[in-house]
This record gives sequence, structure tokens and C-alpha cells, in this order.
Amino acid sequence: MKFGILVNEGPYTHQASDSAYQFTKVALEKGHEIYRVFFYNDGVNNGTRLTVPPQDERNIQNNWSELAKEHDLDLVVCVAAAQRRGILDESEAKRHSKDVDNIAPGFRISGLGQLIEIGIECDRLVAFGD
Amino acid sequence: MSADAQVPESDDRKKFLYVNRRAPYGTIYALESLEVVLIGAAFDQDVSIAFFDDGVYQILKNQDTSGIGMKNFSPTYRALGDYEVTKLYVEKESLDERGLSPDDLMEITYEDEDDDWEEKPSIRVVERAKLSEIMAEQDVILSF
Repeated sequence: MKFGILVNEGPYTHQASDSAYQFTKVALEKGHEIYRVFFYNDGVNNGTRLTVPPQDERNIQNNWSELAKEHDLDLVVCVAAAQRRGILDESEAKRHSKDVDNIAPGFRISGLGQLIEIGIECDRLVAFGD
Repeated sequence: MSADAQVPESDDRKKFLYVNRRAPYGTIYALESLEVVLIGAAFDQDVSIAFFDDGVYQILKNQDTSGIGMKNFSPTYRALGDYEVTKLYVEKESLDERGLSPDDLMEITYEDEDDDWEEKPSIRVVERAKLSEIMAEQDVILSF
């Protein structure tokens, strides 16, 4: 089956990103296709490479980046939601005259059309959040 | 137009429903939901919006946010008709439970291209059971 994933909550406060990660990982193991993972609302905060959780805790952002690398996953952070919350890639940082970018490896910033496209193209859009 | 208007059978568009359950200003969900609806409108799909629970407050008339330092984005709902988003379902029980009536809601209309561009109301107040049927018919539901 072709799945699209939507993550609407940030890391750690809420289980949404963990559950989405577990779902995505197992779906891939079972041979399903993950068309795209889209991060919206506070979910965009999963895409910063600057998180430094305690070493004996899971690193949610690293988990996503590693899964993306392993499976060539498309991890997309919504640009409008990301700008509100300070998630920037190199070109966005430059465009808004910020001194640093913080997008994590494997993530890219794009528009909400990428979410609608999931709905159109996939057999199922599975959303994680409240 | 009846609340259960169907798209033609030959139509290969998907049925998208945006579900709004939260009050407009306590969290950002209502605003960011509206942003998805506006972007999504460009994709020529069969779009509906549902308002229930505290989501019905999103389309109350006479919203005034001057005391809370937030932008009043409620006028944008009235522009939805221009984006060809013309089906706004409001759950009757959610209104009743909050002491609201349809008269408390904004006037949101669209021009019906199939009926000589007659101006028609976009808001359709439906009972909970009916809304549940509408949700069951959808291909994609995005809930905020």
C-alpha cells in the first residue's frame, strides 16, 4: 500500500512523532511504500538538527534522519509553519538574513501543496497528532 | 443544494474534508487549518469543511481580537467561496451545546456557477448523525 504520513506535533512533548516514526519504520519493513512524511503545525520542530536530548533518551530527530537515509524517505517540513517556528534551511536563512540555518539531514522545506499531493496520490494518509 | 450533493461519477477528484474542532485563538490549529484549505483549493479536488466541538467558534460573527494581540483571520472564511470551497458543514449539536444558533455564525456565501451565479449560503447546519455519514464518504480527512 502507498502511505503518506502527517506529523502535527513537535518532539518529546507529544507522542505523535514517535508513533509516526514507529509506524513508518514498520510499514517499510512490511514492504509498503511511504510516499512522503509531511511535518506541519509544531511537527516542523522535528526537523531541527540542533536538538541535544540526554544520551540515555531516544533522539527523535536523528531517528527520522537515519530512517530517511536508509530508505531514501521524503521528509518535508511546511515552509509557512517552519518560518513561524524558526526552522530554516540554508536558502531560507539567507533570504531572511538569519545568521544560521538548522534544518536536519534528510529533511527539506516545501509548501503545503506537498501535503495535498499526499492526499491525492496515496492510498492512505495517516495523521499523527491530537 | 442538498447537504449530500454528490460529484459526478466520472469525476476522478478525491473528496477532501477538513475537520475543525478547536476554538480559533487558543491554539494555532484553526489558522493553520485554514491555510491548508486555501492552498489545497488550487488542486481542484472536491473539498468540504466541517466545524464541530469548539470548532464552531471559528465562524462566529463579530469576532474581535483587539484585546489579545492576535490577527483576526475570520474574514478569510468569507472568501472561501472565491476559492470554490462551498460546503461548510456545521454540527447542530455543537451549536446547541454552546448556546449558539445559526444566526450567530458569519454569513458565508458562494456564487453557484451551475445556477446562473446565484449567491447561495455555504454553511449547512447538519445533525451529528448526518455529519458522521458525510465523514464516511470522504477519501481524505484532515483534522485540526
